[in-house]
Formats: sequence, C-alpha cells, structure tokens
Amino acid sequence: MQFSREELFAPGHRGCAGCGAAIVARLVLKAAGKDTICVVPTGCLEVMTTPYPETSWRVPWIHVAFENAAAVASGVESAIKALKRKRGKFANKKINVIAIGGDGGTADIGFQALSGAMERGHNILYIMYDNEAYMNTGIQRSSSTPYMAATTTTPPGSKIKGEDRPKKDVAMIMAAHGIPYVATACISYPEDFIRKIKKALSIEGPKFIQVLQPCTTGWGYPPHKTIEIGRLAVETGVFPLYEIENGEFRITYKPSKRKPVREYLKMQKRYRHLTDEDIERIQKYIDEKCKLLGL
Amino acid sequence: MVTIAAIIYEPGNSIRNKTGSWRIFRPILDNNKCVKCENCYIFCPEGIIQEDENGNFKIDYDYCKGCLICMNECPVNAITKIREEK
Amino acid sequence: MVGKMCEVKVITGTSAAAEAARLSDVDVIAAYPITPQTTCVEKLAEFVANGELDAEYVKVESEHSALSVCIGAAATGARTFTATASQGLALMHEVLFIASGMRLPIVMMIANRALSAPINIWNDHQDSISQRDTGWIQIYVEDNQETLDSIIQAYKIAENEEVLLPVMVCLDGFILTHTVEPVTIPKAERVREFLGVYEPKHAYLDPDRPITQGPVGVPDCYMETRKQVEDAIERSKKVIKDVNEEFNEWFKRKYGNGLVEAYNLENADTVLVAMGTVCGTIKEVIDKLKKEGKDVGLLRIRTFRPFPKEDIKELLKDAENIAVLDKNISLGFNKGALGIEMASILKNKKICNYIVGLGGRDIRIEDIKLIINDVEKAEDDKTAWVGLKE
Repeated sequence: MQFSREELFAPGHRGCAGCGAAIVARLVLKAAGKDTICVVPTGCLEVMTTPYPETSWRVPWIHVAFENAAAVASGVESAIKALKRKRGKFANKKINVIAIGGDGGTADIGFQALSGAMERGHNILYIMYDNEAYMNTGIQRSSSTPYMAATTTTPPGSKIKGEDRPKKDVAMIMAAHGIPYVATACISYPEDFIRKIKKALSIEGPKFIQVLQPCTTGWGYPPHKTIEIGRLAVETGVFPLYEIENGEFRITYKPSKRKPVREYLKMQKRYRHLTDEDIERIQKYIDEKCKLLGL
Repeated sequence: MVTIAAIIYEPGNSIRNKTGSWRIFRPILDNNKCVKCENCYIFCPEGIIQEDENGNFKIDYDYCKGCLICMNECPVNAITKIREEK
Repeated sequence: MVGKMCEVKVITGTSAAAEAARLSDVDVIAAYPITPQTTCVEKLAEFVANGELDAEYVKVESEHSALSVCIGAAATGARTFTATASQGLALMHEVLFIASGMRLPIVMMIANRALSAPINIWNDHQDSISQRDTGWIQIYVEDNQETLDSIIQAYKIAENEEVLLPVMVCLDGFILTHTVEPVTIPKAERVREFLGVYEPKHAYLDPDRPITQGPVGVPDCYMETRKQVEDAIERSKKVIKDVNEEFNEWFKRKYGNGLVEAYNLENADTVLVAMGTVCGTIKEVIDKLKKEGKDVGLLRIRTFRPFPKEDIKELLKDAENIAVLDKNISLGFNKGALGIEMASILKNKKICNYIVGLGGRDIRIEDIKLIINDVEKAEDDKTAWVGLKE
C-alpha cells in the first residue's frame, strides 16, 4: 500500500466524469491530511463541490471570491498565528493552510493577491490547478492557455487560429519572488505530486505548486484519457516537471526520449485545427524551451 | 431552515448525492487479475474504488460515473466495461 | 492598578481610531494606505512595532485584499480591523457584501472622502453612503472622542450573537482625521474587560470542526440568507442602544440613544437632519439662535444603517419644516440618500433636501442660516444644492 487510505474528499460532487480537478483535490488532501484548512476561489473545484446544503470537503474550507484566495489564505494564516500566540488556540498543532485555485483565479484575476501573499512571506501553500482555461464558465482563455489552443474566446477561424499568445510561466514568476519552494506537477504522476506537496508543507514560508490538470470537457478528449493525456504532456516536454528549492533548480522527471508533440496535440479537439506547419512550429518552441531547462 | 450564512456544518455530506445514475458504461474489476498496483485507487476522481475487508479493490457503483479512467490505467487489463442497462 | 482609569491626549481622528483598535486588542490588522486614513494604519504599525499591541499586521497590496485578509482572519475566529476611504472602499465593494453575507464581525474605519472622477481627497459622505446596501452597520461620528468610543462599541455590537455583522465607523476626512482634539483614552484592561474575547460559535475554521464557509448559495437558500442579514440588522437597533447605555455605565460617555441624537428638538418647528461633523456647526447656529429667542432643532443621525425609522418618526412628528442635509448625491435622482430615505418614511411632511459640502466644500455658519431660512420659506418639498458657484 503506497497511498494513504484517508478519504478527506467525498464523492457525490458534480465534477464531470473523468474530472481532473477532483483528482487534484483528492491527492492534495491525501498529502496534507486532516489538519488542513483549504481556501478555494470561485471556479470548477469550488462550484462542483459545495452546492448548498452539500459539501464534499471533510476539512475546514472557505470560499470568498474569485480573485482573493491568496489574500484570504493570508488572513487565515495570520489569524492562526495570532490566536496561537495570544490565546493558546490550536495547541501546538501544525495546521496547513492551502489555497487551491484554478489558472483563471490565480494567474489572471488572482495574480495581484497571489503576488502580495508570496511577497509577504506567509506560511501558506498555493496550488494552482492548471487546466489552461476558465473552465467553470465554459472554456474561455486564460493567460495559461497554450499557444494555438481553441477556447470560446480564442476560437479558430479564418482570421485568427486560436490562442495567439504563449502560456504565461507562472511558476517562474513565483520563483522570481524568492519564495523557498516552487514546483510543477501533474496529476498523472501522483507519487511525485504528493511528494512535492509534502515537501512544501514541511517548509516554513510561501510555497507554490503548479499542477497540470487535463480537462476532458475543455480540452476535448474522452473522459477515460485524463491521466493518459497528462502523461503525454510531460513525456513530450510540453509540461516539464521540476522544483526550485531556495533558488536551486532541479528537473524531477526527465523523459528518456521525448515523444513528439504531435502525439499529445492530436488527442485533443482544442488543437484539431492545427496544420502540420503549426505542429512543426510548436515542436520547435518546445524543443527550445526544453533545451533551456536541460530536458 | 437555512443555516446562518449558509454554512455547511456536516463534512462530506455530498455522499447523499448518488452520482452512479450518471453512468453509461460500467467498469467491471476482476480481482483475480488485479495486482494491487493502486492505479485505479489513486486515479478515480470520485475516490470510490476502495479495499473491502479482504483487501480486494471494489468499485462503489452508487457513485461511479463511468469515466473509465480506471480501465484505461489498469496495467493488467483487469478492468473491462459493459453498457448499463436501463 | 496604579494611576487613573484613563488619560487625555490631544490627538487626531485617525490616532483615536488606532488607539481604539489597540484598546480592543485586535488580533489581525490589514493595512493599506489611502488619504486621509493613512495615519491610522501608520499609528497601528507603531503600536505593533513597540509591542503595545499584539497583533498580526498584514501589509496588504490593495484594499480589496485588505478586506479579504480580514474575512479570512475573522472566519478563523480572530478579531480584525482595517481602515480605508473613498477609492479604497469602492475597490472593496464586492467584498463588502461578502463580509456581511458570511456574517463576520469585522470593524472598519472609514475616513469619509469624495469619489473620483475627478479625483478629490477631501471630505464628503459619498464613499460610505454608496455602500449602504451592503449589509454593514454604519455609524457616523461627530468628533474624535466619538471615533474612539464608537470603534470600541463596534466590536461589542458586531460580535453580539444577535447581530454577527460587520460595522463601519465613519469620520469626516481631514475635518476629523487631521484635526487634533482632546480625547479621553480609557485603560486597555477596562476596554478588554468590557468587550471580552471574540469566541464565535457559528463560524471558525478549525481542523477539529471541518465546516464549509461560503458555499454556492443556490436559489433554494439565497433569499433566506439575505433575510437573515436584514433581520440581524433590525435586531442590531436594540443592541446598539444597549451598548450605548452600557458604554456610558463603564466609560461615562453616551451618544444620543445610540441611533440618533436629538438636539433642542422640544420646541422646534424647524429641524435640520444631518450626519457627521456638520452637526457641530449646526449646533453652534442653534445655540446662537436660541439666545435670540428662536428654537431650531437638530436630529443627528448616528447610525445610517440600521436606518432609525422609528426614532425619526417619533422625534419629528411635530416638526413643520424639515431640512435634510446630505454630503452626498444620488446622481439621477437629484436627492441625497438621507433625503430620499427620510421622505420615504415621513408622510405629509415638508422635507427639503440640501446637497452640501461635496468634495470638501466648506459648510459655513452662513450656509446653515441660509438653509434654515430657505426651508421655512419653502412651500413644498424641494432639492437645493448649497454653495454652488454661479
């Protein structure tokens, strides 16, 4: 038995069949355990798990708004510090404060609060579940949407061929804040993701993990392939797995031979408008990025 | 009666929502073939593939949405699918 | 305990607010600067740096985050404080509704300041008046002493189990924030005894009690939560009055009945209705006129929310000429908020609405006299903007 059997994330939620966000939540809670307070901004994970009067969460949980999860988490963490010190609350229990936000609520509208919280040095872990678009509102682009991906606000047509901007590198921006731990992860590599969460939680200060989360509805593939596609994203070098601990960069998974990007792109409807030329261009872009990282 | 601020005081009470009704295909797990790799256990988005008292993995069909991730990730093809009757 | 129960310092309104937060032993402060409140968070920083206040001082990166930090902290069971004004309060707009909807007893000081555009740092009430629908209790103070006292009272009101709502204490920017007045500062131990400790039963994040705060309020439950807030604000009327009395027993100061203050209403046919520091100017005029044998009254509205309907109806039932002063304007209706709401509850009364002091325009004694003459001569309801240049 290699995984904890504690289930702090209950079934009955309204996630799509094959939902990757549900896998994120389940893995996070397996790694963090019950002494955890979750702060979740508006998004798929929040909406699908807490329709009054039902909740899928078996840990204390709070949702406030779309763009302020990092600020709310800062408040929770500050209160815990103050209450422990002033009134001896929570005894000496180590309480994890974890914000779990989508790429929309984190890299776009939540970016300011995120930067503020990380810069102030709060003892919180922020996990961005990255499904590369605003999924909850029906698949609109975010700054994390990759180049040429189709979304409802970047639909491929005769004039424009999908998303025209490259994917914003949130993890590197977090690293530039000088926080003690930054990592990328993918739900298809659960042991690695859990290890990174546990390592983050063992460090005092602000931590950030960007976890790739394939989305069957938004990316356009049959539900049973959620894990398979995540694996391909890593095996092709599209989404490298690494950690940056106190400024020291380290690749945590190096594919022995990188698979061609075409294998990954061809599986998803959001890329079906791509020509061979487009795929070539993307392959070159990925090759360059991987070279820079030492993949 | 709605609680103050609509706070939900019962953790995990979503279990009263039986999402098994969503299913089109039903995954069938053959425990004789199972090698206990825990892939199905860890990848199920509902978390409803659990060990029974004998340590064998069982799928809880009250909640299984039929996404078939378990079938796709099983390394020994211990999981097959059948169409739900209704 | 050696020494007096209190000391007197000559301080600004922002210092008074900071002192009140210190005395109330707040646990988490969210600090962001904005004119004319900035000196409040600066003073609090000094208190924390010197160890005079044991609190987490969170130097947030915007007002939206300031209130969000307070929500996270209050939801965890901490006593919280923040301060803002004008654009900062406007930026918090969505979070204001959330704070009341989540029933969190946050206390916030507002240094009333005009709203852009054009940008204006001087006093009027547009900023907090524009937030009157957010489910916050609103207290408008007349001087720096009332600032200090009201913030302390605010915690007692907000944390009361019958209320559990956030409170904003509003003081006029520059007029109070940057003017020194003598303020009696009670001893911290007394205040802490008066307030007790915040021990919520309804909402606190704790791994020993895994609750979900802020779920999706589906149509099946949303209206009920709104009614809950309305009922709580209604109940707060009694709580505010009781706290006003209790505060008087402990600290020997009270403010009207807590909701309104009546000044020379008994024989007055003409009554002015107003909020904030302009009431001080009005009182001066009233005193002068009384010496000349003329009775004019003032009804100072202290709590704009909850709107003190019952007190207003009772106290103005014999008034013949009612002049409502508004340091705000509801654009498109050509009335101020107080004027609109007064007219909606007083039937068969002549109510004239005077828009005054927008953007820091001074309200002089002559203006008050002008208003008194004008309302007495008026034949019917009207709205007039006072002091506009030709």
